[in-house]
Amino acid sequence: MRGRAGRWGIALAAVSLGCAGAPGTRGGMTATVEPNRTDRTVPPSLGAPPTLELPPIHRHRLSNGLAVLIVEQRDLPVVDLQLVVRAGAAADSSAQAGRASLTAELLDEGTANHDALGLAEAIDYLGAELETAASWDASFVSLHVLTPRLAPALQLLAEVVLTPTFPEAEVERVRDERLAYLLQQQDEPRALASRAFAGVVYGAEHPYGAPVLGTRESVARLDRDALVEFYRTYYRPNNAFLVAVGDVDAATLLPLLEQAFAGWTPAEVPAIRVPPPPPAGATAIHLVDRPGSAQSEIRVGLAGPPRATPDYFPLVVMNTVLGGSFTSRLNMALREERGYTYGAGSGFDFRQGAGPFVASSAVFTGVTDSALVVFFDEIRRIRDEPVPAEELDRAKNYVALGLPRGLETTAEVAARVAEIELYGLGDDYLTRYMDRVRGVTAEDVQRVARRYLDPDHLAVIVVGDRGEIEEALGRLGIGAVRPRAVE
Amino acid sequence: MGLGLGLGLGPGAEGPEHALRAAPHTNTSGGGWANVKIPFEQFRLDNGLRVVFSRDSGVPVVAINLWYQVGSRNERPGRTGFAHLFEHMMFQGSEHVPESGHFALIEQAGGSLNGSTWLDRTNYFETLPSHYLELGLWLESDRLGWLLPAMTQEKLDNQRDVVKNERRWRVDNQPYGDWDERIQALVYPPDHPYHHSVIGSMEDLDAASLEDVEQFFRTYYAPNNAVLTLCGEFDPAQARDLVERYFGEIPPGPPVPPIPGRTEIPQVIGRPVREVVEQDISLPRFYLAFRIPPYGSEGYYPATVAAQVLAWGRASRLYRRLVRERRLAQDVAAYAFPIVVGASMLVLWATARPGVEPERLEAALLDEIAALRDVSAADVERAIHLIEARRLIDLQRVDERADMLSMYTSLFDDPGRINTEIESIRAVTPEAVRDFAAAFLGEENRATLLYVPRAEGGAA
Repeated sequence: MRGRAGRWGIALAAVSLGCAGAPGTRGGMTATVEPNRTDRTVPPSLGAPPTLELPPIHRHRLSNGLAVLIVEQRDLPVVDLQLVVRAGAAADSSAQAGRASLTAELLDEGTANHDALGLAEAIDYLGAELETAASWDASFVSLHVLTPRLAPALQLLAEVVLTPTFPEAEVERVRDERLAYLLQQQDEPRALASRAFAGVVYGAEHPYGAPVLGTRESVARLDRDALVEFYRTYYRPNNAFLVAVGDVDAATLLPLLEQAFAGWTPAEVPAIRVPPPPPAGATAIHLVDRPGSAQSEIRVGLAGPPRATPDYFPLVVMNTVLGGSFTSRLNMALREERGYTYGAGSGFDFRQGAGPFVASSAVFTGVTDSALVVFFDEIRRIRDEPVPAEELDRAKNYVALGLPRGLETTAEVAARVAEIELYGLGDDYLTRYMDRVRGVTAEDVQRVARRYLDPDHLAVIVVGDRGEIEEALGRLGIGAVRPRAVE
Repeated sequence: MGLGLGLGLGPGAEGPEHALRAAPHTNTSGGGWANVKIPFEQFRLDNGLRVVFSRDSGVPVVAINLWYQVGSRNERPGRTGFAHLFEHMMFQGSEHVPESGHFALIEQAGGSLNGSTWLDRTNYFETLPSHYLELGLWLESDRLGWLLPAMTQEKLDNQRDVVKNERRWRVDNQPYGDWDERIQALVYPPDHPYHHSVIGSMEDLDAASLEDVEQFFRTYYAPNNAVLTLCGEFDPAQARDLVERYFGEIPPGPPVPPIPGRTEIPQVIGRPVREVVEQDISLPRFYLAFRIPPYGSEGYYPATVAAQVLAWGRASRLYRRLVRERRLAQDVAAYAFPIVVGASMLVLWATARPGVEPERLEAALLDEIAALRDVSAADVERAIHLIEARRLIDLQRVDERADMLSMYTSLFDDPGRINTEIESIRAVTPEAVRDFAAAFLGEENRATLLYVPRAEGGAA
């Protein structure tokens, strides 16, 4: 390591004194020194990393138009399937926020052949797991099953996708549960901060302005008709694809899929267009009062670019330096140097539309104002000064060499393939990934920091004890302090 | 009713045995997964360090996992939370590793790392590209052998602040955040090592000194008190050489003192105990806890199955009856703690739906617990299948396998339990679950913790 050259002399001399550190370190016991023992005074050098073998993605299409992507991984007798519908919460109007996710939640609450309990029991007995969910850009039905049980499990998957019945009693019950959950979220400072942040950055009309799960107002208005309409509009084979990863091949799977999904008919599907975000206002601090809070939850950010941005890799590397790892600037400054927090970080949420950049931390109430200063200092610094080579190299390695860790399980691989297909990243995305990360320069990082992080137009959210912090925040000169009601 | 569906997921299922990833699997029906065995070998260095290797090739990563047999249970009065604070200090550098070097070096190598503290143990783990195994072993051995020269008052003060913020973040600023602290205090007598929480109190954290750090290190951080596991892609002969080179020269420590306090306690609490707490929350929530036999004992496994029957999955009893049918609960969960000193706990919790009086929810919970006297073979079989399925998903991850191997070696001196423990689960019969419920889930062994919204007009 750099900077250690001066210590070599001391370290080498120490070898002959006994290797167990200071005398008496271990109750007076020392080990014998061997002449050729490992020199632990310097870290082991890192040679070339291992090569990652990536199995190819095989593409097929069913007769009803459903695209099928298969990745064979034969070492374990498991299969992960993800049915991905290209419609999620971004298709919800603000008045109907939560519709996509509630529709997904109801899919397995009753089908043509099973009621909710019967379906749950059938899946449990197969030792399988079936989940439904929605994110901003898609709705998912995923299945994890052992190879010998694939055929019956696939039938259940198809049943959930093709023949959900949305029973009125279940719709009402699940909606009530969702409303109660959203009520509980008002007790959670982190949820309050996220909610306020989205509302400030995107406003009440933009689909990104409300949570994927919706709000108490919007969910209360959702009825069975709304969910059925969403389902019928978007859940079409020509608007979806299926990813299969694991102990499976086309010859076995495709006939099963043709048969299971035979009743799924294509239809025209309206395009989902996410409007651009509203223009960012001048930096202001939006303060949500939570009396007695031991900590303040801080969010600092703005709308960023969509996933398709050509600046994606420079942004990933820039964010890693700023707040995307333990040794990132925000975490080191706020946690390790000042002890203000248990952790701080930042990230871009890349979506089909302009998802947000947000930097966040929960800090001891008494240092809320000082912590905000750190956020702004670090955002300015990464814009104004090129990142030094060693720090940049570490960030790039962390991202590039960390790729295999995220591809260990069939479920992880399925999720990556789904992402590639959903955002049109190209089938060579993973094979080119490491090179594209490594190709990012300090100039790229500074350029994207300047382009996308504007300190004069940031939304700052603080959820904390207003009585304790408001005055100090007002004195910072970062922006006007605006009280904001709990939503 | 559920028996005989021929799932092939039981003892006696046919099919060849597989090492986890030894050879490509052919798509045959029958046993398959059920016969997968995690391969491992174990050895011990002269200084007492127990080492477990489990090699399999998947993606080219290797997981390193170290379990030290020290946790909150070993803390002396006035120093609650110290084991966890000490864990933080282990990341502050060692004689040959600069402050923040641990994190920076692992990130530079494209790895991930963390540690955690619990009642019975403290673990440290990293996952690295397979070629960088030596870096991880160097880092782990350096802090095991040479931590103290790098310890300073400034680092201690800084990490004390970090840990206090962790307590604020997890406990003080979270609805229901102190549940485990309160539950442990209700279930275990004051002189039992599990009575106090892992995170500790602010007062005790403030009292921690650099002398405490030194003494704790000398007492507990020794190769004879540790298990090192490597899992994933590595060359066993080369790895063994590296382990011996990096760890072999660290001398053993003195014999580890016994766990302080009274570790032998009655198997049941002896009387119902109850606590009601007002918080700024929207919905009341119950936590019910029962003393159960310690993890690893034969009596423990019916508890795990009972927890599954009660609350795991949408076909579970509490979910069906309380969430879906009667609509009294917003959510339900149950968990048997894998802890070994004296007695463990089974904890279940349920949040009341808006407008549901806590008394109604409590009565319903107790009804369902009592109904375990009628647990059916179908209930038990379903629960066992769910445990198996979830376990197999967990075993797909190399860092999970490494941690499990360290756990079985540390707690039971038997890494083979990664393959055999499932038999203890499969051996649980409906009768065993009924007997367990009768013996341990009655009123005399029940601790009840109820959180209620702050009364109108109370302090905001």
